Amino acid sequence: MPAATHLDQHPDVAHQFADLHPPLSPQAAVVESNLCLNCFDAPCTAACPTHIDVPRFIKKIASGNLTGSAISILEANVLAASCSRVCPVSVLCEGACVMHRYNEQPIQIALLQRHAMDAFHASGLPLPIKSNSMATGKIACVGAGPASLACAAELRQRGFHVTVFEQRLLPGGLNTYGVAEYKLRTADSLREIKLIQDLGVEFKFGVSIATDADFNALEAEYDIIFLGVGLGAMQKLKIPGECHPAVIDALRFIETYKTTCNPLIGNNVVVVGAGNTAIDAASAAVRMGAQEVTIVYRRTEPKISAFDFEYEHAKSEGIRFLWLTQPIAAHAEGESLRSLECLRVELVNDKPETIVGSNFFIKCDLLIPAIGQSPLIDWLAQCRNITFENGHIPADPATGRTANPKYYAAGDCVNGGREVVDAVAGGKRAGIAIAQALEQSHA
Amino acid sequence: MPEKKSPSLAVNFAGIKSPNPFWLASAPPTNTGEMIMRAFDAGWGGAVWKTIGAQVTNVSSRYSAIDWNNQRMMGFNNIELISDRPTEVNLREIAEVKKRYPNHPVIASLMVESNREAWHDIVHRAEDAGADGLELNFGCPHGMSERGMGSAVGQVPEYAERITAWVKEAARTPVIIKLTPNISDIRQPARAAKRGGADALSAINTINSITGINLDTLVPRPNVGGLSTHGGYCGPAVKPIAMNMVQQVASDPEAALPISGIGGIATWRDATEFILLGCTTVQVCTAAMHYGYRIVEDMADGLQHWMAAKGFSTIEDFRGLSLNRVTDWKNLNLNYKIVAHIDEQKCIGCDLCHIACWDGAHQCIHMDRVSGPIDGHVEVHSIPASYEAVSRSSITVTPIPKLDGSAKANGHGPYPTPLARIPRVDETECVGCNLCSCVCPIENCITMVEVPTGLPPETWAQRTGEKDCVPPNKAW
Repeated sequence: MPAATHLDQHPDVAHQFADLHPPLSPQAAVVESNLCLNCFDAPCTAACPTHIDVPRFIKKIASGNLTGSAISILEANVLAASCSRVCPVSVLCEGACVMHRYNEQPIQIALLQRHAMDAFHASGLPLPIKSNSMATGKIACVGAGPASLACAAELRQRGFHVTVFEQRLLPGGLNTYGVAEYKLRTADSLREIKLIQDLGVEFKFGVSIATDADFNALEAEYDIIFLGVGLGAMQKLKIPGECHPAVIDALRFIETYKTTCNPLIGNNVVVVGAGNTAIDAASAAVRMGAQEVTIVYRRTEPKISAFDFEYEHAKSEGIRFLWLTQPIAAHAEGESLRSLECLRVELVNDKPETIVGSNFFIKCDLLIPAIGQSPLIDWLAQCRNITFENGHIPADPATGRTANPKYYAAGDCVNGGREVVDAVAGGKRAGIAIAQALEQSHA
Repeated sequence: MPEKKSPSLAVNFAGIKSPNPFWLASAPPTNTGEMIMRAFDAGWGGAVWKTIGAQVTNVSSRYSAIDWNNQRMMGFNNIELISDRPTEVNLREIAEVKKRYPNHPVIASLMVESNREAWHDIVHRAEDAGADGLELNFGCPHGMSERGMGSAVGQVPEYAERITAWVKEAARTPVIIKLTPNISDIRQPARAAKRGGADALSAINTINSITGINLDTLVPRPNVGGLSTHGGYCGPAVKPIAMNMVQQVASDPEAALPISGIGGIATWRDATEFILLGCTTVQVCTAAMHYGYRIVEDMADGLQHWMAAKGFSTIEDFRGLSLNRVTDWKNLNLNYKIVAHIDEQKCIGCDLCHIACWDGAHQCIHMDRVSGPIDGHVEVHSIPASYEAVSRSSITVTPIPKLDGSAKANGHGPYPTPLARIPRVDETECVGCNLCSCVCPIENCITMVEVPTGLPPETWAQRTGEKDCVPPNKAW
């Protein structure tokens, strides 16, 4: 695995993408942790997909037991550091906090979790293990995103031999390549994953599992194959001019500015789509100096898929929203992209319909489609005896088991694209189920 | 309409007149004349000068504290000795303060070695300087006690009585004996002081303490070059101990004298409680050390507003009113029954009452509003761990509007908190212990409601046939 230091931020990126939510000072963390009521059967814990015992780790911060705090978090969520930065906590733990009914302010659970995890990483301690003896059974995890990492860590902690296959050169999936830098730096994602590698999980990078022969080889060598492959490439706008070099989808745009020193920049940036990734991309464009950043969306504000807090954040960054707008062509002049041609849209019975002849042009020298990722239909079709529905793998939510008992799956490829914490929870549950299945078969 | 006269805070403490009951205790805030004059300017009624007498040398450091959650100095500890300034300087400054502030009582706190001449001498000098009264320091628990002074006197009633008598031979002003709490029955030295002729008492002095240990160096606090020693504990943490001792003394006919209450007083509420237990004045140290003299402004202001609201025009109107509400346990009514009541509109669903009742009380607060209420003894209920197990094994996903629809699930019952998280009291099992109302973070969410038992009042004393028992007062 390449050392995280190879990916030190570009100086401009470091400057422009400072933490959106800066860490708590040690004393502020203690003050905040003392405010937690220590609820019984706490709603924050129930609301967390990985069921981190929130009051337990918070009261350990209050008592000065930072190591114990971090370990109690990691027991539930091995990617707790990135989750503390990227989770939409206002709809999860912090949204469930009883303090909303006490003084209207929830406990700052995310920042406290980050505080404990930062201290743990600074301590140099290894991840805790859950069994001292080696277990019988080999597991292949396909993909090195959050679901696979959680599954791999869970199994390794229980003594199993685990290999993670990743077609890219870095692990972490969207955690490493696809999250806005002011939320989660690539280096922080990799630092967290390094601990999983240190547990003894084997990583094979630059390896794509693509052919029948690849699957045959995997099935021959491994007892269980876990699929944590996520979703496919971002969807195309399917408009003329889309293959211009100044058209780059949101995930590639984010990946480029996070991992290279030559990010694409524009003065008049248009982002198509109004999801969380669209906002991440639009905010990045603002921070990299674009004069005007516009999000175009064919419906209206109440329909956007971004979380409320993301939408508020976007407005505070000065991003312009054009509602009821449908792009129909990107126009270039010579080598440069010049404009995006759009049609106005009206909602008929809540369905967007373009208005003929309403064409108008938006200045645009960088176009960022952000209308969601497509499912990995072709790839999934190769997996044997795994049915799939709507492009997703049906798997038992409690165990990750697919129709084929040799295959387990979790994360975006199962749930259609949720949050990191959902992938971690699914991967962890699959890891536990795989361990139980293997222990039974070898008993 | 004539302007309503605001209540008077003036008091007469064993003949010492004070514009209000708020005195600074003998301690660092009363170390010098300059300090005391600034304190009077801030509104303090009187001051007990930092103890003068025997020669001492102080060490550094001198203080240590106990913080609790986010609060600094819940308890405070000192190993400072009495005044380390020359006696003549202190006396000269007493004269200066009295000249400039004739209406503010200045009490000289005294401590000398235990011989009659030494006590007579210091009494004469203090009174000649203009002190309005004398407070004999029979309480200092550290350093001085090793030299046969302070609490070494206060802990032996005969010594306390003898020295009080010596002082009374010479004193022209009221003599106040400051009692140490470091004794099993504070009434004994109080009675001795009264027998010796004391005019008043002040209680309590500080409590022997070790406040804590540095877990890196393993040295207890305060650290004096790698060693520590026990000190005197004070601050908000000691108030309940002080109140009990004040009540014991005030209720004992053989000990009762005018009392200046001391121990953890920081607000007008604290002061009012001491006055309700019979104190005429109160003395403050830690709170003034923590926040400065300015705290007295709200002490006076708050007390006056409370008096006005309650219809009291003088301190004497309410002084001691709570004293006869304290009795021996055997005189309490065994047939008085209350049960906890949870206000569902106020409940925020922290469920601390549930776990407190299960782990710390009588297993009668349950999480069964949704599953269906069941009354009865412990065996018929789910235990707390089973609720946690259900939550921890549930599959929860992040709600995503695009995937889950935007309908914000709110179908959780008629209250602000989901019904499943509002605990329920099984009144058939509730013993009315108050624990749930103590742990509930919401004011007036859990109240204790009287349940008529239909039984006549009965005390333990009555039940066991004890003679001269006091019948419980129904009016209470």
